[in-house]
Amino acid sequence: MTGRPAAGRAKAVEVLPQVVIRFAGDSGDGMQLTGDRFTSETAIFGNGLSTLPDFPAEIRAPAGTLPGVSAFQLQFADHEVVTPGDAPGVLVAMNPAALKANLADLPLGGVIIVDSDEFTARSLTKVGYTTNPLEDGSLASYQVHAVPLTSMTVEAVKPVGLHRKESERAKNMFALGLLSWLYHRPLSGTERFLQAKFSRRPDVLRANLIALEAGWSFGETTEGFAVHYEVKPAPLPPGRYRTIRGNQALAYGLVAASRQTGLPLFLGSYPITPASDILHELSALKNFGVQTFQAEDEIAGVGAAIGASYGGSLGVTSTSGPGIALKSEAIGLAVALELPLIVIDVQRGGPSTGLPTKTEQADLLQVMFGRNGEAPVPVIAARSPSDCFAAALEAARIATTYRTPVFLLSDGYLANGSEPWLIPALDQLPDLTVTFASEPNHDNDFWPYLRDPDTLARPWAIPGTAGLEHRIGGIEKADGPGTISYDPANHDHMVRTRAAKIAGIGSSIADLSVDDPTGDAEILVLGWGSTFGPITGAVRRLRADGLAVAQAHLRHLNPMPANVEAVLRRYRKVVVPEMNLGQLALLLRGLFLVDAVSVNQVRGLPFRIDELTDAVRSVLAGSHRPSTIGPAGMFGGAS
Amino acid sequence: MTDPISLHLVPRSEARQTLKDFKTDQEVRWCPGCGDYAILAAVQGFLPELGLRRENIVFISGIGCAARFPYYLNTYGMHSIHGRAPAIATGLALTRPDLSVWVVTGDGDALSIGGNHLVHALRRNVNLKILLFNNRIYGLTKGQYSPTSPIGKVTKSSPMGSVDAPFNPVSLALGAEAGFVARTIDSDRKHLTSVLRAAAAHNGTALVEIYQNCNIFNDGAFDPLKDSETRDDVTIALEHGRPITFGTAGEHCVSRDANGRLQIADTAGHDPVTHDAHDPDPSSAFALSRLSDPATLANTPIGVFRDVERPTYEAGVAEQLRTAVAHQGHGDLAGLLAGHDTWTVGTPSSREGNRHA
Repeated sequence: MTGRPAAGRAKAVEVLPQVVIRFAGDSGDGMQLTGDRFTSETAIFGNGLSTLPDFPAEIRAPAGTLPGVSAFQLQFADHEVVTPGDAPGVLVAMNPAALKANLADLPLGGVIIVDSDEFTARSLTKVGYTTNPLEDGSLASYQVHAVPLTSMTVEAVKPVGLHRKESERAKNMFALGLLSWLYHRPLSGTERFLQAKFSRRPDVLRANLIALEAGWSFGETTEGFAVHYEVKPAPLPPGRYRTIRGNQALAYGLVAASRQTGLPLFLGSYPITPASDILHELSALKNFGVQTFQAEDEIAGVGAAIGASYGGSLGVTSTSGPGIALKSEAIGLAVALELPLIVIDVQRGGPSTGLPTKTEQADLLQVMFGRNGEAPVPVIAARSPSDCFAAALEAARIATTYRTPVFLLSDGYLANGSEPWLIPALDQLPDLTVTFASEPNHDNDFWPYLRDPDTLARPWAIPGTAGLEHRIGGIEKADGPGTISYDPANHDHMVRTRAAKIAGIGSSIADLSVDDPTGDAEILVLGWGSTFGPITGAVRRLRADGLAVAQAHLRHLNPMPANVEAVLRRYRKVVVPEMNLGQLALLLRGLFLVDAVSVNQVRGLPFRIDELTDAVRSVLAGSHRPSTIGPAGMFGGAS
Repeated sequence: MTDPISLHLVPRSEARQTLKDFKTDQEVRWCPGCGDYAILAAVQGFLPELGLRRENIVFISGIGCAARFPYYLNTYGMHSIHGRAPAIATGLALTRPDLSVWVVTGDGDALSIGGNHLVHALRRNVNLKILLFNNRIYGLTKGQYSPTSPIGKVTKSSPMGSVDAPFNPVSLALGAEAGFVARTIDSDRKHLTSVLRAAAAHNGTALVEIYQNCNIFNDGAFDPLKDSETRDDVTIALEHGRPITFGTAGEHCVSRDANGRLQIADTAGHDPVTHDAHDPDPSSAFALSRLSDPATLANTPIGVFRDVERPTYEAGVAEQLRTAVAHQGHGDLAGLLAGHDTWTVGTPSSREGNRHA
């Protein structure tokens, strides 16, 4: 079923540079699946793309209500794109709730495609519409396509003989078929996907394939759509590509790290949104020798990972902010034991339970400082969904080289967002070979805290190694022999040594590179984590408008690259956009006495490019007002 | 000792070992007279009997007086954080089936702060041997009541007497699906060693409750079980396959009443029940665990309550790893990274038309 039915008459084709579509419907309508499939089709077509799934924490909120609306936005273009788009140009709304919840984001003149069958008196009342927006003229400023998606789907799949409920469920495929026609997306990938997904339900498979085809044909034949669109492929660097979500890339990065270190991978984890997909992905990779342990709680998850590391595995624990809070004591233990450990924090809105399915980057100070005592831990952050792969390898390098826990920060946007990924060649992956201690290192004795003079790392002597039997623990140890020591001078020495070891990681990381094409920018926009896309988009737009703006992005938050202070001092203004109230800005000010200006939002969504461009302009104009609460508020009126 | 199934993957020592091989040069820092000394001596004396290579034995502890134990054993050891030793030991045991992994814990460590990890280790049946030193008091924090202190216990934090109902660790373990549960006493080295032997031979999680005297904050808590005047009348020594009788002349027994419930009775006129530690049904073991009076220690069973084989967690994990390889082959990283839907972007000259789905 690869050929499309011939058009009755050819419709006009308009070429667009980029499109932003938002699919929105009830939590049970399959909008995430529809978005995922449209993304795959788009990727295979070769467009630049970026996605933003946005769904409620409730699995199935009451049908047809505003809290139950689940959405998926993607931007695709004939060039590389860095964000899922500030605002959709096309809104697909499967019911009145989806229309109402998303209409405000749609610019005037935007395209709305709705399932008109769902605009019944009862559904309208449920979300507070007193009149039908499809009929009362309130949508006059938009291009509205009211399509009876449900009834056309039911009619199309009638030959399959499913119950009405099951027939209706294929309406998301009808919508996908229609949108695929509208934007020239190939359907073959979705057909293969459906065949695999419904291999045990041939009737459901047939219904979905028919609905998909019917949606396409409807677009081609209806009078309602006079034009369809083409977005040419993007000129990406040559190579083989796929799309990948952040949590998937992170899981694959860990498997790659296991291969490159030669250590078996062990994940101790407790389910938590938005990190659970890392556990799911790795649980499916048992044939790679990966062990996943679904623990009784967050503490047991990290505890088991520490136990596995002690035994010579690559111990990893994955969680979100609330889980980090619970794991803190055990992470402190790993600091004292000086064992490798990767701690993944897929950040979400906080405090407390906060916004489980929404993104935020407000755990930076928690991972920097959220432990008792002087307990320094390296911190790195991924900047895009596919970058989670490289970040996982870097976390493994630091953990195993320096024998330390490492925080790897992702967030809800990276976790679920996807983008094209140039598939790396295995021979390009870094060599992370690990050597365990195998013989006594001090006369005929083994001293577990006798350090490597360069890295200050202690030997990793795993149980089963004859002659190296030793005892370690959370109590302060004498440097060298590792025996219990309450000696004041030794404790002072050990605190400073552990700090020096972490600071020394700085010598193994590249300088912060600054993108300053004209070399005369007065302002630097510095970010970390998932703000990379929006910041890049904003900087491009400002440059297109003739402003000289420099951009830099931190992978390593602790320790930072050696040249950060010098970079910051090179610019008259340093702007730090963050999805928190100024946590990196606080660090920069504290570490470097630099007047970093915070730009903040904590709406649970990524920055929009327009708000960032406005913020940078206002900093340049001297009219920016930093927030007056939280860490940023400590420097109120700084600009 | 023959090689028990629980240790069949652990390399055996070629050289004959003695107690001295398991001592370290660390100065033991428990209070003089502490019951922990006796337990340490018993364990150091027992380990040579196992005949395992020292480097393949690991002791992991949490926090508390008992948790200092690993420092005094010349094996691998970790003194971790409060209550979490079973979790850490689980990660180690899952990834290293060639190790004999022991957890040393106390009543506060195992039953208060670490209660969750203990019950989950027991239900999973990870191959861990858990030694629970129960002194019915918080020692290292200087004498607060613990989750095994009897109601009414007067301590610094309960000057009017504790109103907390205590746990019975044996009952708790049985309720948590433990396959092996035993109780012994610090001062009875022979009994303690026999229980350690049985625990080591058990394939799966073994919980050994060791009544341990804290001579500083709770001295004499187990005296009725130790005093030669009283011990025979209050201690019920359980032996598999033997009728459960006790008393200086075996004059008391455990029998069943008309409703089938366990009762303490005179041997004359009552049929003692026969102890079956291998009974798949845990109800008799549980009923035995309920006989004792926590306040007076009257009718306290010691010995192995339950010793029943069931599949271990790590065996299940290892089986799945094998099955995955058998069905899917060894993981191919390049294939994993590529996935199913890829497209190729050509060099600029060949870009057009070079994409495929």
